[in-house]
Amino acid sequence: MKLTLKIWRQKNADTKGKMVDYPIDGIDGDMSFLEMLDILNEDLINKGEEPVAFDHDCREGICGMCSLHINGEPHGPDKGITTCQLHMRMFKDGDTIFIEPFRANAFPVIKDLVVDRSSFDRIQHAGGFISVNTSGNTIDANAIPINKHDADEAFEAATCIGCGACVASCKNSSAMLFVAAKVSQFALLPQGKVEATERVLNMVKQMDEEGFGNCTNTGACEVECPKGISLEYIARMNREYLAASLKG
Amino acid sequence: MALDSKIPKGPLADKWTNYKNNINLVNPANKRNIDVIVVGTGLAGGSAAATLAELGYNVKAFCFQDSPRRAHSIAAQGGINAAKNYQGDGDSTYRLFYDTVKGGDYRSREANVYRLAEVSANIIDQCVAQGVPFAREYGGYLDNRSFGGVLVSRTFYAAGQTGQQLLLGAYSAMNRQIGRGKITMYNRHEMLDVVVVGGKARGIIARNLVTGEVERHSAHAVVLGTGGYGNVFFLSTNAMGSNVTAAWKAHKRGAFFANPCYTQIHPTCIPVSGEHQSKLTLMSESLRNDGRIWVPKNMDDVLAIREGKLKPTDIPAENRDYYLERRYPAFGNLVPRDVASRAAKERCDAGYGVNRTGEAVFLDFASAIERYGKERAHIRGFDENDPKIVKKFGQEVIKEKYGNLFQMYEKIVDQNPYETPMMIYPAVHYTMGGLWVDYNLMTTVPGLYCIGEANFSDHGANRLGASALMQGLADGYFVLPYTIGDYLSQDIRTGKIPTDTPEFDEAEKNVKDSLEHLINNNGAHSVDHFHKKLGKIMWNKCGMARNAQGLKEAIVEIAALREEFWKDVRVPGVLNEYNEELAKAMRVADYLELGELFAKDALEREESAGGHFREEFQTEEGEALRRPEFQYVAAWEYKGTPKDAVLHKEELEFENIEVKERSYK
Amino acid sequence: MGGIFNSSVGRKFAMALSAFFLMIFLVQHFAINLLSVFSADTFNEASHFMGTFWVVQYIFQPILIFGVIFHFVMGMVLEIRNKNARSIGYVKYNGNANSTWMSRNMIYTGAVILLFLGLHFYDFWLPEINTKFIQGDMSGTLASGEYRYYEELQHKFVDVWRVALYCLSFVFLSLHLLHGFSSAFQSVGANNKYTKGLRGFGKAYAIVIPLGFIFIALYHHFN
Repeated sequence: MKLTLKIWRQKNADTKGKMVDYPIDGIDGDMSFLEMLDILNEDLINKGEEPVAFDHDCREGICGMCSLHINGEPHGPDKGITTCQLHMRMFKDGDTIFIEPFRANAFPVIKDLVVDRSSFDRIQHAGGFISVNTSGNTIDANAIPINKHDADEAFEAATCIGCGACVASCKNSSAMLFVAAKVSQFALLPQGKVEATERVLNMVKQMDEEGFGNCTNTGACEVECPKGISLEYIARMNREYLAASLKG
Repeated sequence: MALDSKIPKGPLADKWTNYKNNINLVNPANKRNIDVIVVGTGLAGGSAAATLAELGYNVKAFCFQDSPRRAHSIAAQGGINAAKNYQGDGDSTYRLFYDTVKGGDYRSREANVYRLAEVSANIIDQCVAQGVPFAREYGGYLDNRSFGGVLVSRTFYAAGQTGQQLLLGAYSAMNRQIGRGKITMYNRHEMLDVVVVGGKARGIIARNLVTGEVERHSAHAVVLGTGGYGNVFFLSTNAMGSNVTAAWKAHKRGAFFANPCYTQIHPTCIPVSGEHQSKLTLMSESLRNDGRIWVPKNMDDVLAIREGKLKPTDIPAENRDYYLERRYPAFGNLVPRDVASRAAKERCDAGYGVNRTGEAVFLDFASAIERYGKERAHIRGFDENDPKIVKKFGQEVIKEKYGNLFQMYEKIVDQNPYETPMMIYPAVHYTMGGLWVDYNLMTTVPGLYCIGEANFSDHGANRLGASALMQGLADGYFVLPYTIGDYLSQDIRTGKIPTDTPEFDEAEKNVKDSLEHLINNNGAHSVDHFHKKLGKIMWNKCGMARNAQGLKEAIVEIAALREEFWKDVRVPGVLNEYNEELAKAMRVADYLELGELFAKDALEREESAGGHFREEFQTEEGEALRRPEFQYVAAWEYKGTPKDAVLHKEELEFENIEVKERSYK
Repeated sequence: MGGIFNSSVGRKFAMALSAFFLMIFLVQHFAINLLSVFSADTFNEASHFMGTFWVVQYIFQPILIFGVIFHFVMGMVLEIRNKNARSIGYVKYNGNANSTWMSRNMIYTGAVILLFLGLHFYDFWLPEINTKFIQGDMSGTLASGEYRYYEELQHKFVDVWRVALYCLSFVFLSLHLLHGFSSAFQSVGANNKYTKGLRGFGKAYAIVIPLGFIFIALYHHFN
């Protein structure tokens, strides 16, 4: 396959960036998208040019590090996957592919396609935990039976990989799906209910301070989420938040 | 220097309790004056950082990823073992201990493994309290599955994402301490050296991967939880960034490196598709609970399948060779990983590989789909003899159990594994070797600790499935926080460790010299070029089967490649900026040294055990031949170059387990 | 409770509450308008009742006006904040891949509705206020002694351009509601096993009500 790549190049956080065209040839459908970029980078290095910086690590769709906005969608045109799981068979010979970083003021660009998502970490610091000592001296794991339905729902919320596709896809750059997933995971479990009120208030407060936009329920996040996390969790967080506001 | 493993006296079952009762403690007021550096934020590092901070120490935690949540523990799929015996199927601390030692081919330290088994049950309690959503049964109680190499169901899991859920649990515990200001988190930082002052580890040199700045950080103790070195093979199931650098730098500063040749080659990975391949993807071992592994019996069928003339489903049962069931009737498809991997290699080497490259075998779910389908049809009151209904229900059950894995497979291979068997092949997955540590998890450098996969660990020559998560969390939550206190109790009057000392100067200069050399080298080839070459040497000569001649060649070839690397590598960009190529170059430089030691260790170990298989040492049936004279841990001391490394032996004594032939027949 | 409306979730909630109120109002408005198709007399009576009953005039009407203004102002505030959350936009943004046009353009459909409301106020509300509160004529009748409401209604729908504008505006209202109806429920945290049904109902509501208004306008235009 022969392709034209249009890639965002930006030296660092302080400089302006621009889109640059790169033709590439000899791409096979069985390659992953990132392997295609590896080939481009190998070429660039051999030509004495600077390779394109992009985040990636596990390359099996679980670490949440990869973060490309491909042809107008986070993680590209395929659904239910991360960029590293996107394969070139989704494209055809002669295609032009736009590759941009995830865009949001809360995700400033570090270089080229690499962005800083530490705002997500800070939201978690504000309450993404259950306050229990790690001594292991707690009750037996089976002491509190948990309804399978709740446990499964908590698990589904917990599958969030923190990649930020929800923010990137949202026209408002809202982080609601990410925050809602964490709030819901704990709110659904008896262990997490104890501090549910404070948790949701603190996490939403931090989310707002980070400069994410407001949710307008477009549902883009749910569609683009590589783990398919449902909007239901956002509704749950809205409920939790309103109840918490009335209480606290 | 004689190795002192510092194993406490007394009966096996009481060692840990007695030890805890007799160690020195640090009082809470003094803990506030003590700093600890934790490098790596996976299950081991993350849980250790959280626990140490909770105890009151000032923790500085480092990870090269953009968030501690992304450490590669996150990719562990199958589960975590714990001797809870919730199933009532005969499990116990002793049995977990026994299985682990046997699974490790009698090459692990009894006392450490027993302690691991002992604290395993606590891990589950702890994680549930933290909100880790383990799989549950309809009654609301925790569910278990079974894993290779054992006869009980003791594995707790969260679908195919157990590692992720456990890591997020540890990450949440860290978040709590970061929020309290007890952990200072350094994301996108890579440790590039250990600083030893007065014979004790007192700090690290780290590079900020965003700005490129080289920084000094001091502490009273340094903990490495930096994972394994499987990427020395270039292709492995490890993350792209996983590296040996921290452990290797520690080795060069005096920490002995133990058993580097013990590598776990995992039997169920997606086969390599071509030269462009950048990494390999694991399919959880739990699939072997329900999948049957086979290749065709007849060569004609093999060729027809490769050419696409026959589909695997066209081959009748009598023409299939379910080789694991044939060779190991007792354990069948659930033999340990090393055994399953070698058996696949044996079939493919004999020419029965089923894909274009001849390096793949089938993992078939058709029988499981039929079995589960009948069961569900029966429960729901449908006709269990209607193949359509059975298939529908069967696929439904399989989807519930392995949905995410099947989806992952389909995305990568572009084949539907519900309809046609998966193709799998072994791939490098885990390294049992690592820094040598004593019972306290301290390396041979005082004050330098090593936990999780990075140490030579509790797994001996082969790790059983679902034991890595157990070990990482046991070390971080429950072992290190005690043992390190004993050491730090001497440091209550030390005060802050200054960073403006000659030792820091020297270490920093060392790091900067390497960085500058690489960036100014302006050679002809990229870092990956060398890494791939190294990987090929490792895979071909230090891979699933090794022999003396190949290993000797490997030693020479790796040394030559290393020399070429330093002469001819090209690293674009500049020092003080985000520069991934430079970070990669530093990692590959260390792999090029480790690789040589790896081969040397493999050459020296003239036996076959677990993840180390020497062709010269096998039984008549082709099984691994262990030799009693090698019942030791090979701990290597750095002496300038890998080939000059000096071997120290820690003899392994088995007082509570009878060393037997390891049979899974 | 204090800071709730300063938070993103609180603002969303407030938007939804005002939306619920407006959606209920819309049904009521539609019901009375619909009477004009069946019976001029009933329509007149209902109109007169609404126009003179103090609860409606002095309580509901101010709330309604407040609701409209609040919904509009808050919508603008959210839009500006949301635009500011991404100062460098995408070169390529394929919104259709993951969301509906309606959901992404509420501010525009809303703006059209607002313009229409201006026209509507000019046409109906201002003359009403003028007649009732400035001239003080609370009788609701013409010189002939008949109720004036039906007469005025028919008069307004004579001009083809006005009818066209009216119809177009309701198309935009429909687009606004197609997203807005279910969105409001989501904002107050209602997403459960009834959501699917509710979405269906919302779609029906978003199409039937504006279509009804259009039908009424056309009916009067052609009669």
